[in-house]
Formats: sequence, structure tokens, C-alpha cells
Amino acid sequence: MAREAALALPAARRAWALPRDAGWYALLLPAFLLMTLLYVAPILQVLAISVTEPAPGIGNYERLFTNPGVQRVIGTTLRICVTTTAVALLLGYALSYVIALASPRAQRWWLLGVLVPLWISVLVRAFAWVTLLRRQGLVNQGLDALGLIEEPLRLVWNEFGIVVGMVHYMVPYAVLPMLAAMKEIDPRLLAAARGMGASRLTVFRRVFLPLSLPGLIAAGVLVFIFSLGFYITPAILGGGKTLMAAEWIKLQILDLVRWGLGAMLATVLVVAILVTLAVFSRVVDLRRLFGGGR
Amino acid sequence: MTGGYRAGPLARGIAWATVIYLVLPITIVVPVSMTDRRYLSLPYETLSLRHYANLLGSEAWLGAIWQSLWIAIASTAIAVVAGTLCAIGCWRLARRSTEWVRALMLLPLIIPSIVYAVGLYRWFGTLDLLDRFLGVTLAHGVTGIPYVVITVSTALAAFDPRLEQAARGMGASLGQTLRWVILPRIAPGIASGAIFAFIHSWDELVLVLFIASRNVFTLPRKIWDGINENLDPTMAAVAVLLIVFTVLLLLLDGALRARRDP
Repeated sequence: MAREAALALPAARRAWALPRDAGWYALLLPAFLLMTLLYVAPILQVLAISVTEPAPGIGNYERLFTNPGVQRVIGTTLRICVTTTAVALLLGYALSYVIALASPRAQRWWLLGVLVPLWISVLVRAFAWVTLLRRQGLVNQGLDALGLIEEPLRLVWNEFGIVVGMVHYMVPYAVLPMLAAMKEIDPRLLAAARGMGASRLTVFRRVFLPLSLPGLIAAGVLVFIFSLGFYITPAILGGGKTLMAAEWIKLQILDLVRWGLGAMLATVLVVAILVTLAVFSRVVDLRRLFGGGR
Repeated sequence: MTGGYRAGPLARGIAWATVIYLVLPITIVVPVSMTDRRYLSLPYETLSLRHYANLLGSEAWLGAIWQSLWIAIASTAIAVVAGTLCAIGCWRLARRSTEWVRALMLLPLIIPSIVYAVGLYRWFGTLDLLDRFLGVTLAHGVTGIPYVVITVSTALAAFDPRLEQAARGMGASLGQTLRWVILPRIAPGIASGAIFAFIHSWDELVLVLFIASRNVFTLPRKIWDGINENLDPTMAAVAVLLIVFTVLLLLLDGALRARRDP
């Protein structure tokens, strides 16, 4: 009797069952709820604040065109981000090129040198740079001991310091997508071009560079959007004198309590990043960039 | 490499310089942490461990480490459960809508944390979660989800979906299929995701600056205050311990990966 009931059960269940995939959809639920209620909602609120405080309307956005302070911050941010992206791409490209052409054994060592810094705390790295670059820092002491400088160089608490620290943070992010693209390039193509009489430079310019271009663009997009909203390294190595967007937003909200203005620049930041991604999603497979995994 | 084509001297030179630039500044904190002086410098006469003794004898530092550890563990649990289930659901359903769900899960990697921090500051104000363990844990948990979704999705890509269909076909319930068929196969991916979610929470500063003040005082917050107020060699000792900790976690991840794809 009991057994019969048990056999009948699946059929009975099917009769009033939910759609076949309901169980799988239920698996999405915890992450979906967390993400919408605790991530997307607060961010949408920021967008809302930017047009409602202190008064409803687009008054905050008008400041983009009228307020020299806002314009200066945007200018500084763009200048530092473009410099950082360019330097990180140059260094990262050479590094990826060498890694892609190295033996598997050597590749592992090179990768270690890229991945370990990637995961070391950004605070620890900023602290290390301060130790090295400040007025009485190790670099100035070293140069002084060698008699190369009369008085300490100003290496930190300015844009130079910020770029040094930011490039240090971004090079690994530049290497990963470029290396992924370069590993797809068949090395025999290079050997073949060389064998047919092309110089090293020609092989690079006519064969390797075009094939690695998608990776280069992907890396550029990634580094640029990460740089735009970067807070910790510019705040520490800028020493409060050179303000980038993220630190300016923090200043508006926590210190000056000007929510509307802070939210406005935060919105501009998000829009700039999403637009950059949208423009380049035609050129670059973004899903691969973020390890979409299929 | 099989083609026998090697990089030229210019590229090799830049590559070496770049790796030195990446690694050397980080290692500099090791000698500085063992200085015999009271200020940040290289050791003059002898090596000294007194800054480590300072650190380990300090209530404030140990308290911060302890709080960070608990927050990281709790938020990793949230990220791992939510992220793993979501990645499995997206993988199995594989439609357009789940592509969007997966893109949604990656948002925290793309949107700057300063923007989220500002929003959360207001949001948690209304929910009464400011400066509370639960608030910081939830914030770190949510922002840890992308790391788990990525590593688990990668692990699932190598998983034969017919195994799941076979299990279901032989009458296993969804729970049984998950428990006995899918999860064992993707365990290394889950572990990798957990490690990265843990490091994420352990290092996270921007959110903490906004949503925590006195009651919740994490290690990054303490380091931040230290850098801005008094630069002393104790900071270097903290930095060394953090570096060692991170490297150990990465070695663990490497070992897991080696087991996964021999």
C-alpha cells in the first residue's frame, strides 16, 4: 500500500507541479534578491538624489558647465586616467608579449610576478609607495647618499605619485586580457613570417600587433574604467592636494554634506563607465573579459 | 612554446623592468618592518622584531584583525551560497534572461565602489544598518558574489550537462542532483571563489569608510588611519603579515587548481 502510494506520488506531483524549470529559477533567487535590494536599489537611489537634492531638477548637472571646481576635478581625473592607461598598456603589452612567447615553465614564473601583486592589498601597496617616495623616503635617501641630488625630489603627494601608484595597480589588469588574446596567436605564424625574410620589427608590426589588437583594446577599456572610479591609491598618494573624482565625491558627501553634488558626479562616473563599455562591447567580447565562462 | 620564436631584447628589457616595478616596492616593507629605529627606515645597526611585538601586543590592532576576520568569514559564506546557486541556475537554464542575470551579478566589478558606498550610506541609514556588523557583512557579501559567480561558471563550463540529465532521469530530485552530482564536481571552483570573496572582504576599505565608524573598525580602516595619521614601522609589520597571509591564500588556490586540472 505504502509502496503504491510512493509510486503514485510523482504522477500526483506532476499534476499540480510548477513549471518544469521552477526549481532552477529558485536557485537564482537568493543572489537576485541580494543584488537588487542591497546593490541596485542603493545605486538607483544615488541617481535619484542627483536630480532631487537640494531641489528637484537638473541644477546639479548645470554645475558641470558652470562650476570651475567640478571642471577641474573632471579634468584632473581624465588626465590621470589617460596617462595611467597609456603607461599601464605599454608596460603590460611588453610583459604579455614576453610571457606569451616564453616556455611554459618560464610562463609560470612570470605569471607569479603579475598575479601576486594583483592580490596584495591596495593599502599595503600604497603604504609601500609612501615609504619609498616621500620626502624622507628610501628613494630620496638613496639618491642623497649617492650624491645625485641636492635636495629631496617631490615624488609623492602630487600627480606623479598618483600615476606611479595607479600604474602599479593597473598593470596586472592590463596583462590578463592581453595575455589571453596573445596566447591564441599561433607562434608558428611568427616563425613563418621570419623564415620568409621579414625583420623582427615587421613580424611584430604586420603579424603580431594586428592579431593582439582585440586584447589590447579590451585591456585599455578595463584599465580606463577601473581608473575612473579609483579611490584609495589617489587619496593616499595624492595627499589631499590632487583631487580625483572619487575623493571629491567623498569630500562632498562626508565632509561638506552636499549630497546632490556628490551624487551628480557619482552618476556621471557610472554613465561614463557604462557608455565606455557599451561603445566597446562591439569591438570586445566583454563576457570573456569578465570571465563569463561559457 | 613550440614555434621557437622568442621575444626581442627591447621587449624583454621592458618586461623585466615592469616585473621589478611590480614586485620590488612590495618587498621593501619587509626590511622596513625590521628596522631598529622608531621611524620608517631601513635597519641601521641590527634587525629588530620589536615592531611585530608592538603589533601583537596592541589591543587595537588585534581587535581590528579579529573583526575583519569575522566579517570576511560571514560575508564569504553569503557570497558563496548565493553566487554558487546563481551560477548553477544560469548554467542549467542558459537562456537570454539568465545572461542578463549573470551580467547583473558582475555589476559590482564594474561600478566603482565609491558610488555604491555613497548609495549604501543613505540606504543603510534608513534600514538602521549603519556601523553594524550585519551591515558591513551584507555589503561585503553582495560585492563578493561576482568572484564566486565567475569561478563557479568557469568550473561548470567543464562539466558535462548529460550527467545532470542522467541523474534527473533516474529520479533524483533537484536537491539530490545538486548535492551528489553537481556540487562535488565544481567544489574546486567554489573554493577558488570563496578565497577571492574572502580576500575581497578582508581588504575592502571604501565601503567601510562610509558605513562603519566606531563599533565596526576593520583592519583596512585601521591601516588607513595609520597611513593618514602616524606613519610608524608597526604599519610595515602589519603590511608584512598581510602580504604573507595573501600569498598563503593564493598558494592554497594554486594547490586547488592543480588538483582540479592535473
